[in-house]
Parts: sequence; structure tokens; C-alpha cells
Amino acid sequence: MADTSWSTGLTTGPTAGVTDAPARHGSPTDQQSTIRPGVTPPATASVPVKPSTRNRKAGGAGRNGGGHVVRILLRLLVIGYLFFLVVWPVSLVVLRTFAPVNDTGGFDAFLTRISDPAFGYAFGLTLTAALWAVGLNAVFGLGISLLLVRYSFPGRRLLSALVDLPMSVSPVVVGLALVLAYSSNQGWFGPLLESLDWQIIFSTPGIVLATTFVSLPLVIREIVPVLQEIGTEQELAARSLGAGAVQTFLRITLPAIKWALVYGVVLSLARALGEFGAVKIVSQGASFNGETATLLVANRYGNFDEASAYAAAFLLVLIAITALVVVTILRPSKEHRS
Amino acid sequence: MSITVSQVNKNFGDFVALQDINLDIPTGQLTALLGPSGGGKSTLLRIIAGLENADSGSITISGREATHLPAQKRNVGFVFQHYAAFKHMTVAKNIAFGLEIRKLPKARIKEKVDSLLELVHLTQFAGRLPAQLSGGQRQRMALARALAIEPSVLLLDEPFGALDAKVRKELRDWLRRLHDEVHVTTLFVTHDQEEALEVADNIVVINQGRVEQVGTPDELYDQPANDFVLGFLGPVTEFQGRLVRPHDLEIFRIETPGSVAGRIVRSTRVGFEVRLEVQLQATPEAPPVNVVVTRGEARSLGLTVGGTVFLGLQPALV
Repeated sequence: MADTSWSTGLTTGPTAGVTDAPARHGSPTDQQSTIRPGVTPPATASVPVKPSTRNRKAGGAGRNGGGHVVRILLRLLVIGYLFFLVVWPVSLVVLRTFAPVNDTGGFDAFLTRISDPAFGYAFGLTLTAALWAVGLNAVFGLGISLLLVRYSFPGRRLLSALVDLPMSVSPVVVGLALVLAYSSNQGWFGPLLESLDWQIIFSTPGIVLATTFVSLPLVIREIVPVLQEIGTEQELAARSLGAGAVQTFLRITLPAIKWALVYGVVLSLARALGEFGAVKIVSQGASFNGETATLLVANRYGNFDEASAYAAAFLLVLIAITALVVVTILRPSKEHRS
Repeated sequence: MSITVSQVNKNFGDFVALQDINLDIPTGQLTALLGPSGGGKSTLLRIIAGLENADSGSITISGREATHLPAQKRNVGFVFQHYAAFKHMTVAKNIAFGLEIRKLPKARIKEKVDSLLELVHLTQFAGRLPAQLSGGQRQRMALARALAIEPSVLLLDEPFGALDAKVRKELRDWLRRLHDEVHVTTLFVTHDQEEALEVADNIVVINQGRVEQVGTPDELYDQPANDFVLGFLGPVTEFQGRLVRPHDLEIFRIETPGSVAGRIVRSTRVGFEVRLEVQLQATPEAPPVNVVVTRGEARSLGLTVGGTVFLGLQPALV
């Protein structure tokens, strides 16, 4: 093995080199070079980066000038795209939330608006539906992911495609479909639901159902690639060491996909909080009667109460951003550890 | 016998992975399953471990019928080519895994883990994560983890296959010494004949789903059952219609009884040995015969490209 590349590695990864040193004194033969290959990859991986960045800085105007311009243009393009599509419109909602309307404005007016009991009801309903949806999708998403990755069975590809369906079909269509299937007077369960006097459509279970439907793929699409990447060897090793199926899942599989699951849950939560189209169809949508947060925004906006609409919209944005920020803070620490 | 395999068959679709395998693996020895890639040796190992099921046949481990036992009940230590380290656990936790599953008292687990860490020279790495170890260190951790459960047999699937040549050689010597210390019945898969010849007490040569020969390294090398075993265990060359080892040919500068004339067409020096290609005069169309001599022999006989030489079989082989 190249001793030279290892010694350059010492400059980029000093801790590995130093802590390995006593091992070489300890045991004569096998330690000596078993240590090196493990140290080499990070060194060879990180060393080439430095000269190339140095080159770019030094000869920026010359040979690498073209690449430099392209890079700046690309950055501008992406930043501009995101700004005009996302940042600017959303920030206008925030500004409008605190803008004076009929001489009242600012934070106090915002607080007054959101302390409207109808707000409490709407956000309560939205959170209830979202938590149910996220809970159900976490459990079933995990199950479906394991099924898709770890087992091969006829129809596996079909199932995989079917899982994506809720993302591709318009939520309004989902709403219509659920009305047809779960109304009290029709569908397979119609007579049973009617005899039990249990209403799914036009009540909370219907809203939960619609929200769950549209956020179904998010957990699965996060977990599946991670499951594929970790492979089955660790699980097989656990089995050969005496672990049963449940122990293997809890001690080996779950810790490995933990962050994918968390990320999937947060994405589902954001999606569930913002669901509008499907809920619009399956809910009564009236104040204190099936009006979720998004429906409240639409209703208030339609009733010329724009200030309340913006206040509710701001709250929705705030919750979604908080969730994403929390995960973004958690994520790098995970990559750092592994 | 520690492991008895009888009448085992395994197909993957149309592909015959194993055909009528019958094997007895002796207790306390280090046995190599040797063969080319895709020959079925890894499949056999996985069937013994319970990670794969045979289509037919039976497996007995330490006298216990194991054919239908799930992997976790076989008490078999398994080491994977790519380590299969539990990435989210420290080295010590990895080694403790099987013991924690068996619900041993904490003090006892710590004691065992400490002694295993010492055995595999990883004591100062106990608190590291597998990602912070080199390949060789990870594989030693995996070995300690497998040994922790005091397995009735230890199975290693190409254990050094993912390591570079130098580390591989060192770990191989280390495994031999470890086995002399621990004495657990060990079965390891390799496609490297040098590794098998150097480390194993016994070798099972497997090719195309069949057992070609079973024996000690010496038996296999000196009395190969067929041309495949002969060819797989070391270099061969065709001399007068039969396959022989290049170092079993004698080379002379003058004609002797039973020798045939040829011309040196190529000479390659590799360390202490010199590899010669000799074109026989009688068969100018046939591929040249390979002969290996020591550097000293080559020098004293003045063997150079273009020179005429006479080849004969060593008397013991005639």
C-alpha cells in the first residue's frame, strides 16, 4: 500500500493516525497494515479536492473562467427561480398577515384573529386528522416498505406503482372516490354503516381517510431506498447470532431506517396539514362542522375576510416550516455520526 | 463429525447450485471450501448456517438434526465477506449482541466482551463505531462477534475477500493462530487456492455444484483426483500429452534419456523464480511448455531466451 498517500492522509485525518499508533506497538504483525487501508480512503477522497479548488481560485480568469461564469449563472438561475416561485409569494402572505386592515394591524390584531374559536376548532381538526394520517402511514408505510424491499412476490412492481398513485391523482378525485366508496348509503360497507348509524363521509373519519390517502407514499418513498441500501446482511448476521424476527427488526432494522422514518413522518405531516382538495369533497366544510384549517382559509377568503385568511395561512406556513427546520437541524448531526 | 451434509440439492430456477452434496466436516479442524466463483460453495455455507434452505437433503450440526432449524437456533457463528457490522453500534456493542440476545448477566457480558476484544486485538477500539475501523479491523470485530456466542461451528464466507492482498495475508496467518488457540470447528469459503493450502487442515474442492475432491492440502496438491483439481490448486502445463506442474519438469542443457529438445521463447523473472516458455521442436504448432526454475538454476545453466534446452519429467513422476 502507498505509504505516501497514507502520510498525506495524516494531515486531513490526524485523529485516525494518532489513535492508531499504540496499536502498532501493541501487536507486531497484523495491526501494522490492517490499520492503513481504513485510513487511506478518507485521505485519497479528500486530498484531490483541495488542489482543484486552489486551481480555480488561482486561474479564475484564465482556463477555468468559463466554468466560473456558468457556476454563477446557475446559482443565480436557481436562486431566482426559488425566490420568484416560493420565497417572495410566501413572504407576501407573512407581510399581509401583519398589515393593518381598517386601521387595526400588527401582532395584536393577528392574535385577536387567531383567538377566534372557529380557528381553534379548525386547527384542532386539522391536527387530529394529520396525526391520525401520519400515525397510520408510519405504521403501514413501514410495513409496505419492508414488503416491497425484503420480499419478492407476484405483483410486487404493481404494488410499488400503486403506492405512488395517491401522489399522482388529483386530491379532488380522491375525495370523489372516497365519497363513492364510504358513503352510508352506498359501497360495500354502506348498509353496515347505515345500520350502525356511523358516518364516515361528512365527518371526521372521512377527513382522516382523505388525509391518510394523499400522504400515503411519503413515508414509503423515504424508507424504501434506505432499506435497499443497507441490504440484508446485518439482519442475517443478527439472526445467526440468535435474534428472532422481532428482535432483529427492533435492534437492527429500525435503528438503521430511523432517520428515513422521521423524515418521512415530517413530510407526511406537512402534506397532511396542507391537504385541501380531498377534504373539500368529503367534509361539510362549515364553521365548527368539518372546517379544517385549509378550508377555513378558503372560506374566509371567499367571504371577504381576507385578514383572517392570511392569519390562518401564516399559521399553516409556520407549522410546516418549523417541522422542516427541526428535521434539518436533526439530519446533519446524523450524517456526522455515521 | 461436527457437520454432516447429506444428499443436499439446491437450484435457483434453472441453475443448479448444488448437486447431491455429501460431506463430513471433522470436529475442531479448519476446513476450506475451495472452488471457482459461482461454484456453489457460498450457497452450501449459507445452507449450513440456515440463511438459505436446501431443496432436498439434510444437515446435522454436532449430532443435532438442523435441516429445519431456523438460523437463530443453530448456534452457528457466521462471518460475512463484507463484515455485516452493525453500523449504529460500537465495537463492544457489536460483540455483545449475541450475548445480550441470550440475556446473559451484564457483568458476565462485559467480561466476555473484554476477553474477546483482547483476543482480536481491538481493546483500544471498543468505543469506536465500525465506520471508524479499517476493513481488517472490522473483520476481526465480526469474528469476535461470531465467537462470542460460543458457536458449535464457525462459518466464514470469503472472510478476507474484500481486503487488499497484504492485509489478507496477515489476517490469514492470524486466523490460523487464532484457530490453534480457540479450536472451534471452522469452515471457510475461499476461491483463493493459496489461502486454502496455507490455512486449512482439510480442503473440499467444489466446482459446478459438485464436490470434486476432499483431502488434506498435501493430498490434494500431490494426488489430485482429476485435471480440474490439479489445475485449480496450482499452475499446470501440458507436456507430452499430460498435465504436469511447471516445477515438476527438469531442464537440461544436454540431451539425457527420456528428454525432448526445445527452444526457450520467453523468460520472466518473478522474485526468486524464473518462468520459462519452451517451444518443443517436435510440436512447433502446440503452445509452449511452461517450466519454473529457481534463479540460481537459471543462472548456473545459463538459460537465456533463444537457447536450446532438453525437458524431462522428474523421475518420481515418470
